Amino acid sequence: MTDSNNALGLKVTSAGVLSLIQDAGRYGAFNLGLTNGGPADPLAFYWANRLCGNELNSTVIEISLGGLALTAQIDCVIAVTGAPMPLTINGQATELWRSVIVAAGDSIHLGFTQLGVRCYLAVAGGFDIKPIFGSTSTVCRESIGGIRGGKLIENDVLPCQVVTKAANKQKQLMLPEHDQPKYSNEVLLHTVLSYQQQHFSRIEKRLFFSSEYQVSKHWDRMGYRLQGRAIKADIDGILSEGICYGAVQIPADGQPIVLLNDRQTIGGYPKIGAVISQDCAKLAQCRQGDNVRFEPISISQADNLFHLNLRRFTQTSLITYT
Amino acid sequence: MTTQINETIRLDVAGENALMLYFTSNVDQSSEQSALEIPPEISPNISNDVHQAVQLIRSHFSTEIVDLIPSYASILVVFNLLEIDHHRLRNKLKSVLNQCHNASEKQGRLVELPAYYSLESGVDLARIAKHAKLTVEQVIALHQAQEYRVYAIGFAPGFAYLGEVDERIAMARLTTPRLKVPKGAIAIADRQTAVYPAQSPGGWNIVGLCPIDMFNAQAKPSMPVEVGDRVKFFAITKSEFLELGGLLSNQVSLND
Repeated sequence: MTDSNNALGLKVTSAGVLSLIQDAGRYGAFNLGLTNGGPADPLAFYWANRLCGNELNSTVIEISLGGLALTAQIDCVIAVTGAPMPLTINGQATELWRSVIVAAGDSIHLGFTQLGVRCYLAVAGGFDIKPIFGSTSTVCRESIGGIRGGKLIENDVLPCQVVTKAANKQKQLMLPEHDQPKYSNEVLLHTVLSYQQQHFSRIEKRLFFSSEYQVSKHWDRMGYRLQGRAIKADIDGILSEGICYGAVQIPADGQPIVLLNDRQTIGGYPKIGAVISQDCAKLAQCRQGDNVRFEPISISQADNLFHLNLRRFTQTSLITYT
Repeated sequence: MTTQINETIRLDVAGENALMLYFTSNVDQSSEQSALEIPPEISPNISNDVHQAVQLIRSHFSTEIVDLIPSYASILVVFNLLEIDHHRLRNKLKSVLNQCHNASEKQGRLVELPAYYSLESGVDLARIAKHAKLTVEQVIALHQAQEYRVYAIGFAPGFAYLGEVDERIAMARLTTPRLKVPKGAIAIADRQTAVYPAQSPGGWNIVGLCPIDMFNAQAKPSMPVEVGDRVKFFAITKSEFLELGGLLSNQVSLND
């Protein structure tokens, strides 16, 4: 680990709406009340690291909505994946989903996106950030992770490896367009019935799975509050218990809340089930007004989908371009 | 998909990579159906079982379990889908937790926390006393007489839910939460009490201030307590509070 006080890397010239240091997330600290954090869209995150030839849990920047501008202080290789934010390097439009050589002095800019929400900017070797409780992931609510426990601000320097001239000659990688995830204003959330599901009548469950919901104005990395047909449980609350990623909480007003990376670890609202991880990633690319539907799935089917998805990721190869 | 592990532990699904263990007290249960209908409760015995189960799981599993969230009467078990599937995890948990059968009397460590109780530091003391038809001194005496148990940790880093508060000084949460509760505030909500680990919004009733850090990322351990521990508060004076590093500058912001 280099001394980050004087190490060089990418300097933030404009932080955008919400730009956060993230690695794969913080695990093993639930006993202290610390949540997972980590990339809201893990698939795009993993692709960014693969394009840079990194370990999959290397530290990247998660950019929400856009507006991040950086200046490279050294020669390095970057890759941007995720929502289609317009990327320019020294004002020149540059494609996402590929590794790009950046020279010292270059300015990198990400504009705003109308579709999807989050992008990942990885750098070859990963950003050199000191982990806390085993992870560099930033959880603003906890003031944990990142550079000072919060979002990036102007003049932050994110140290990273200098890529030597020899390495520069290596072929650059890209993910073919037909393998790139597509972002949409409509998502289907496969949901495993679980937790307090027995406290929702057959009719309530049927309503839940047949109704269309909209993302409300309360959507963030903690969770997405939806609006639509109210669902009623036959209990008001439960003894506080552990909340898993994707859990669907139904508070007294009946409007579902899907809990994501920065969720509180325990809570006392009834939960009807949990959305599978690959669909949580899709939800995290949605914003206010987008349409959401739920579909029931058995735990065995969820398990199959997880392994299928993983296999698809590992079997997809990157191609070289010059 | 529910599996009854024994008379007191039930295993349910939580999510794609998570199972829930639910604990009940050892009461006569004639059928599996009745187990589902018994509402979970707050009890030191159940908390002991939870604590014991956590130790057993920690000692019998390694990387196949990613993390555990123990709470009042449950444990969320998050597992690594690359190493184990829910069928095998169910079976392994079942065999491991059958050793839990005889709930031991083993109790957690006793941790004593200093408390500066006063009208200055405990802005809700007078209201609680009025509500309970007691004097402020009696409220303080009742709060520190009790030996609490750490039932759960969550809400925020280092926030430990302690129970149970003497019925006479139990107090519902404020209808409008305060925007700013100071770090170290010792507060009551219903029959639970807690020390706010950092300044945050909150709706609990404040009875005093604790000068000890409930969460310090730089310290090892980061928290003075863990789930299953026992906690007692002991009264200190204002000068002792200040000597121990307590701060009075963070005044409560009242918006009610």
